[in-house]
Amino acid sequence: MATGTRPPRPRQLTGVHDTSRAAIAARHLRTDRWWLAPATTAAGLLAFIVYSTWRAFANADYYAAPYVSPFYSPCLAENCVPMKGGPNWEIFGSWWGLSPALLILIFPLGFRLTCYYYRKAYYRGFWASPPACAVAEPHGSYTGETRFPLILQNAHRYFFYLALPVAGILTYDTVLTFRDSTYAWGHMGLGTLIFLVNIVLIWAYTLSCHSCRHVIGGRLRHFSKHPVRYRLWGWVGRLNARHMQLAWASLISVALCDFYVYLLASGAITDPRIF
Amino acid sequence: MTTYDARFRIWRGDADGGELRDFTVEVHDGEVVLDIVHRLQATQAADLAVRWNCKAGKCGSCSAEINGRPRLMCMTRMSTFSREETITVTPLRAFPVVRDLVTDVSFNYAKAREVPAFVPPQGLAPGEYRMQQVDVDRSQEFRKCIECFLCQDTCHVVRDHEENKAAFAGPRFLMRVAELDMHPLDAAEAEGLDRKRTAQEDHGLGYCNITKCCTEVCPEGIKITDNALIPLKERAVDRKYDPLVWLGSKISRRRD
Amino acid sequence: MAQVDRQHWDVVVVGAGGAGLRAAIEARERGARTAVICKSLFGKAHTVMAEGGIAASMGNVNEGDNWQVHFRDTMRGGKFLNQWRMAELHAKEAPDRVWELETWGALFDRTPDGRISQRNFGGHEYPRLAHVGDRTGLELIRTLQQKIVQLQQQDFKEFGDYEARLKVFQECTVTRVLKDGEKVSGTFCYERESGRFFVLEAPAVVLATGGIGKSFKTTSNSWEYTGDGHALALLAGAPLLNMEFVQFHPTGMVWPPSVKGILVTESVRGDGGVLRNSDGKRFMFDYVPDVFKEKYAETEAEADRWYDDPDHNRRPPELLPRDEVARAINAEVKAGRGSPHGGVFLDVSTRMPAEKIKRRLPSMYHQFKELADVDITAEPMEVGPTCHYVMGGVAVDSDTAATVGVPGLYAAGEVAGGMHGSNRLGGNSLSDLLVFGRRAGLHAAEHAARATVRPAVDDGQIDAAAAEALAPFHAEDGAENPYTLHQELQQTMNDLVGIIRREGEMQQALGKLRALRVRAARAGVEGHRQFNPGWHLALDLRNMLLVSECVAKAALERTESRGGHTREDCPAMERDWRPVNLVCHPVDPAPADPAADRIRLVRQRTEPIRPDLLALFEKEELVKYLAEEELYE
Repeated sequence: MATGTRPPRPRQLTGVHDTSRAAIAARHLRTDRWWLAPATTAAGLLAFIVYSTWRAFANADYYAAPYVSPFYSPCLAENCVPMKGGPNWEIFGSWWGLSPALLILIFPLGFRLTCYYYRKAYYRGFWASPPACAVAEPHGSYTGETRFPLILQNAHRYFFYLALPVAGILTYDTVLTFRDSTYAWGHMGLGTLIFLVNIVLIWAYTLSCHSCRHVIGGRLRHFSKHPVRYRLWGWVGRLNARHMQLAWASLISVALCDFYVYLLASGAITDPRIF
Repeated sequence: MTTYDARFRIWRGDADGGELRDFTVEVHDGEVVLDIVHRLQATQAADLAVRWNCKAGKCGSCSAEINGRPRLMCMTRMSTFSREETITVTPLRAFPVVRDLVTDVSFNYAKAREVPAFVPPQGLAPGEYRMQQVDVDRSQEFRKCIECFLCQDTCHVVRDHEENKAAFAGPRFLMRVAELDMHPLDAAEAEGLDRKRTAQEDHGLGYCNITKCCTEVCPEGIKITDNALIPLKERAVDRKYDPLVWLGSKISRRRD
Repeated sequence: MAQVDRQHWDVVVVGAGGAGLRAAIEARERGARTAVICKSLFGKAHTVMAEGGIAASMGNVNEGDNWQVHFRDTMRGGKFLNQWRMAELHAKEAPDRVWELETWGALFDRTPDGRISQRNFGGHEYPRLAHVGDRTGLELIRTLQQKIVQLQQQDFKEFGDYEARLKVFQECTVTRVLKDGEKVSGTFCYERESGRFFVLEAPAVVLATGGIGKSFKTTSNSWEYTGDGHALALLAGAPLLNMEFVQFHPTGMVWPPSVKGILVTESVRGDGGVLRNSDGKRFMFDYVPDVFKEKYAETEAEADRWYDDPDHNRRPPELLPRDEVARAINAEVKAGRGSPHGGVFLDVSTRMPAEKIKRRLPSMYHQFKELADVDITAEPMEVGPTCHYVMGGVAVDSDTAATVGVPGLYAAGEVAGGMHGSNRLGGNSLSDLLVFGRRAGLHAAEHAARATVRPAVDDGQIDAAAAEALAPFHAEDGAENPYTLHQELQQTMNDLVGIIRREGEMQQALGKLRALRVRAARAGVEGHRQFNPGWHLALDLRNMLLVSECVAKAALERTESRGGHTREDCPAMERDWRPVNLVCHPVDPAPADPAADRIRLVRQRTEPIRPDLLALFEKEELVKYLAEEELYE
């Protein structure tokens, strides 16, 4: 990952070991298990990265009527499996030979990569900047998000705008799960339930975004003159307070969704039917 | 009332050096760490330097690091520790040490001066100010700040990088910029001062990588990151990286 | 001769609380180069502890309010002993002082139509306290602090130096006001951090050092409240007024012991909280004194209706002035109806929904949760009286805040006496700071501008002050521990000159104070001058002992009960005492023997109340307060 840090300088010259500060040799004096949170975060993110990389490049087992994996929706290349009434938009034509998932995953990836919560998670978990509060970081210098490339984090709101249609299409996919494998309406399987839970979490995560909170009302100076936007801002704010939980929940649910489709498409299981 | 002897390790020294010293000291029911430090002063170390004032979590003077975590000594109850534990108390480690638990916090006062003050609106006499509660709520949250400087202390941008102190105002004073920018009657813009822009250009907002330690240590429970720093970053984006908003403001010139 | 750094300023303000900062702002805006000197960090002054609000008759919530009503409430609260001209100026100017804060960036809670919201408080007839939740003092200090920074930013633009015309010397202590003959010539100070001495030369000095609470064991005051300004004035030759009146706030925390005394804001009662004894009874109905009988509800039902319909019901007796409530709590505890830890119950949990409590009383919720494991939305608090405020103080001229007999010396805020008479109403303190802080700054600046010849600072005085300050390092064998002396002083004042006083006990207290003075002369400290709290305390002891002597002497002299002075042996308020001020003069020259008295007490007749102000009261009411001969004047 690109960051604005350089190799460490001799330790005694910087940070908590600066000569002006209280002379304490330890990098930190925390006695609690401060490493647990960043370690868990890193492990969780890593697991998702491994899984999603495998699935995104697999280019197989992503459609089992009526379910399409959210990793492959919408499908923008001609090499997609035809999905009746499904999200096939072959705007990339036939020249695209790689997995069609790569075309669309850029958007949710960008949205999550620039997300204010995920930034905290990977700055702490992967880059140890800082590893935990009041635990000295191992880097000799630090410029944060002031320079290229991290200054691009400011683009988060554009990814938010793009995440909206993606969430819309996943909603459409979820509606289609009320068809059965012969495309007749009036069906509901275990997959439908999983898709429903997933889409609710995706929307909740998307709408709880800090950029959304800002755009919807946060940028106003006088809430009293915009009562509707104020109310919306309040709702988004309440969701926003759970942004971290929603980020994880939706990350897990989207992977589960995909995994369920994989199990169906690869023939490992059949979809239990509810009605 | 129950009483027991607790083991403390307290940093003693000054700018020329120092060390953690061990003390054994009596603890009574319901006491806080500051009580123990006072007992040490009265019984074992009369010249142990410590800053404190209200002893009720309202003035933000007795900031220190307890078991490595930035905290107010007056709000850290002894009952949160086990009796066997050795409790380590050190001065704030982001600022130059003066003596024992006292640090030189002048960095914060210097930064306070760099944030342009509230600009009163022209044409409104004292007593004519009208503001709605919903419009002052946000800034009021930030004005709960007791200036204990724990957020400034824990922020790795300056804690771990002395050289960033010149360019970075720290969470407390970025929050001050946010407070003024959200103040319903601040007339800075009319006077040609764009607080959103200066947050990034003069006060180092870009250094913040929103890792939320400031929020974690705030004894007032102010949501510094979610309610001040991130909104301020979004406001800076409005000004500097959002062509739509920029275009919109050029066309309509309407201020909401 | 001691080599000390000397600086020239026009006005030196001692203390950076509300009054000090307001004075400094005014002096600087009037063109005086102003230095502020304070014991703590800038912005940490005890003013941040003020919770309830700033009393000002803006009439935003009830239009019936105006300065006359505020004046009447203040005089009644002070049992008519107030320096009436101060009470008048205070009531008239308070709204302007509050509004001015808004133009400096203060954000008060709002009414639905966008004005400053005002809340009810003990002794105030209408909702009058401008507030921000229960952290109004913090808002006040922060606003003044930021105004000072704004002035410094102006100077930076103009001179390239933030401190060209206004400088805050933080963490410094003044030990002496220096004089050139009769006139003030500066202050002798030391830096707490380094122990280095320095002198600020100035023709005008404003004392704004706050109160004396640290002489008492159970107190809501911080360590700074060691009566420095009171002592500095006395040592400079200026007398103190009515020092017997010490306010015990009725509701301080009583448990756990380490937080005993910490304030529980009166807003708890203003917003609906009630006091109950161990029988569950709202006992305040039994303690409404005759002078207030018509103004307070007689039944719980009426009291409860008042919160929603104040025009047709009388207020609950929980909102009586503080002295009455404190005495009532004391009596209940004494009668064996107290709470487990020796207080009474203050309950909001049954009066308001939890959400509302958290919104209106956030710092109280926080304070009890964090410090006492008590959830005030679910259970009652335990509270008892705590030493909170001294009504007495440096005698000042009402209009100019100038002290008596020392040209160039001013006093404002809690350190000044007179304004609140024998008892201060809640909320009147913050407005007092602003009104008289401004006046002190203004007149100090004018005085400095008039001083064509700057008073000279005499080297002999500097040497004497330096020697006095260094004495604790040269204590002989058998030196006294200043912490021990301080604890004994606090115990003495608490037990013998506390909330309920008796002649014999006060005699005893004076004896103990004498013994403590002798021992304090031998107080010694170890270590060096750099940030040495033991040394700082040894120096503050002089001030606390001096002030305690004033309190005990005056309390012994006044043979009646009035406001913040309650005598068990003289329980009634005597109209004949109404026009009598007790003035503490320093014994001059100061005796060398530490056992000798330092204070000479003088009875002084108060200035007659101006007829048009008297006319604001009903004749029947005046009869209850004024002495016989005053009624015919």
